[in-house]
Amino acid sequence: MSATLAAAATTVETNPILNISIFGAFVLVTMIIVIRASRNNRSAADYYAAGRSFTGPQNGFAIAGDYLSAASFLGICGAIAVNGYDGFLYSIGFLVAWLVALLLVAELMRNTGRFTMADVLSFRLKQRPVRMAAAITTLAVCFFYLLAQMAGAGGLVSLLLGIEERIGQSVVIAVVGILMIVYVLIGGMKGTTWVQIVKAFLLIGGAAIMTVWVLVIHGFDFSQLLDAAVANSPAGEQVLEPGLQYGANPADFVSLALALVLGTAGLPHVLMRFYTVPTAREARRSVVWAIWLIGIFYLFTLVLGYGAGALVGAETITAAPGGVNSAAPLLALVLGGPVLLGIISAVAFATILAVVAGLTITAAASFSHDIYASVIKRGKTTEGAEVKVARRTVVIIGVVAILGGIGAQGQNVAFLVALAFAVAASANLPTILFSLFWSRFTTRGAVWSMYGGLGTTIVLIVFSPVFSGTPTSIFGESVDFSWFPLSNPGLVSIPVGFALAIIGSLTSREKEDPKLAAEMEVRSLTGHGAEKATAH
Amino acid sequence: MVSSLPDRPATDFTPVAQSEEFRSLKRSHRSFVLPLSVAFLVWYFAYVLLAAYAHDFMATPVFGSVNVGLLLGLAQFVTTFAITMGYVAFANRRLDPAATRIRERLEGEGK
Repeated sequence: MSATLAAAATTVETNPILNISIFGAFVLVTMIIVIRASRNNRSAADYYAAGRSFTGPQNGFAIAGDYLSAASFLGICGAIAVNGYDGFLYSIGFLVAWLVALLLVAELMRNTGRFTMADVLSFRLKQRPVRMAAAITTLAVCFFYLLAQMAGAGGLVSLLLGIEERIGQSVVIAVVGILMIVYVLIGGMKGTTWVQIVKAFLLIGGAAIMTVWVLVIHGFDFSQLLDAAVANSPAGEQVLEPGLQYGANPADFVSLALALVLGTAGLPHVLMRFYTVPTAREARRSVVWAIWLIGIFYLFTLVLGYGAGALVGAETITAAPGGVNSAAPLLALVLGGPVLLGIISAVAFATILAVVAGLTITAAASFSHDIYASVIKRGKTTEGAEVKVARRTVVIIGVVAILGGIGAQGQNVAFLVALAFAVAASANLPTILFSLFWSRFTTRGAVWSMYGGLGTTIVLIVFSPVFSGTPTSIFGESVDFSWFPLSNPGLVSIPVGFALAIIGSLTSREKEDPKLAAEMEVRSLTGHGAEKATAH
Repeated sequence: MVSSLPDRPATDFTPVAQSEEFRSLKRSHRSFVLPLSVAFLVWYFAYVLLAAYAHDFMATPVFGSVNVGLLLGLAQFVTTFAITMGYVAFANRRLDPAATRIRERLEGEGK
């Protein structure tokens, strides 16, 4: 069996026609849903926040669909298959992070904001500087995350459709980008949400089937599965222990863990999802649903990762095109043949599509609502004009994402997702928490923290081994301008973000309006004056 | 219509914010979520530090091939689910009724 598998892995006996038709069916079904959903896309609340008409469980699925990117499905399965326990560590950070969102952020955000993260941050501070800073950090997070997804799409193609040539991969990246633009232009937030809901069903359902299948093969004995993974791994027993991936630099891992757990509640596309439900109570329900779905999904990936290690083998996986990302698709091939591989491949594409759509509408909303309407037009514009700007921004972001994705092909972009989390934790989270929980927080604290957190994160990553000094660096080994030893800047940049928020606030001579602080406090906790669902 | 700024009623919310009823709501909210957040973050970082620096301890087998590391990792899932359910029960029982009372009074006053 291993000989045929090795042959399958090198040529990847995929059936491109089958894969493309399954993906085509997904696109067709979601497109019909999007067109039907878009009939009522008139006001800004409809376009940005889906008329606040989704229920908690629906939004919970959409959050899971938005959050479980290809990195968490293919990436974590592959990391567990190859590096064992260290891959599992990722998923724990991604899950525990949701408690920050549930306990500290979701409901209070829903009660005080309308469309964007900046609505909440600027509520009781000076509108223009705070909105500008929040929009810039939002765009930065969305850009890094988007680039990672688009470049990942190119890598997936080589594996799933057997397209090795650069030009072919570029075409697929362009197709993904154009589809995404169409979804977001036509469907707005409502269409995007439905794409995410459908995708979450497919992804979690597909993972569930494969998990049960792997467990059946191993007699529903998890310990037996682990033994099989150990037996088939060149690292042997070590796949069950931490250290295979991060053993050489544990501080780097601690830094990553900090960014993962604090970054989620600062991701703008996650925050924006809280506005698509009618009340704070529904926002709470949606996070609860999301936590269950995401948690159960990560438990599946634990079984799938070790299952891929046991049934496919780490050496076969790393030798396959697509590297560690090929673990889950190859496991599908072993379990269910080309049909299951086709389904899992289509799910992986749907995943990328849904995530980029969510990021794009978030970035577009932030540009048009915060930068265009509030900073440039100083609030003197109409909702219609604002939505028009948002739609144009969608096209521009889509084109940038396509070009960026094509340009980033073949680069090691794995660091981009971690970077997005680090920016969210360093630049966004301090301001979010302080504006909700600290009455002495000021405009200066917010602006310093957002620009300082963003700047520190980017400077540290540029002068880290990610950019220069090692064989896997972007500029290779021969160029070396690195002085920061960690590939994950969170350990330094997150404390810097929090410290700047505190220092900026304490040194402000101007005090903020206590009446606005009182209003924000009352509204955030009681839901008084919160935006209601639009009636159609 | 001005689309970007949140509606700013001229109402002064300071009396509401300083009312005993609101302060009690704020107290019960914060005294629940803040300590709990500190607790789960401490527990998460204890786990992360063990995984980063105490490989041998994490590799101790418990039953079959399942070791301490896997069990502690799964325990993170269990505590996350438990905290989620605990918070929901608390919010439904203690926070929502108080928040609704204050909101309905404010809306009744036409504010």
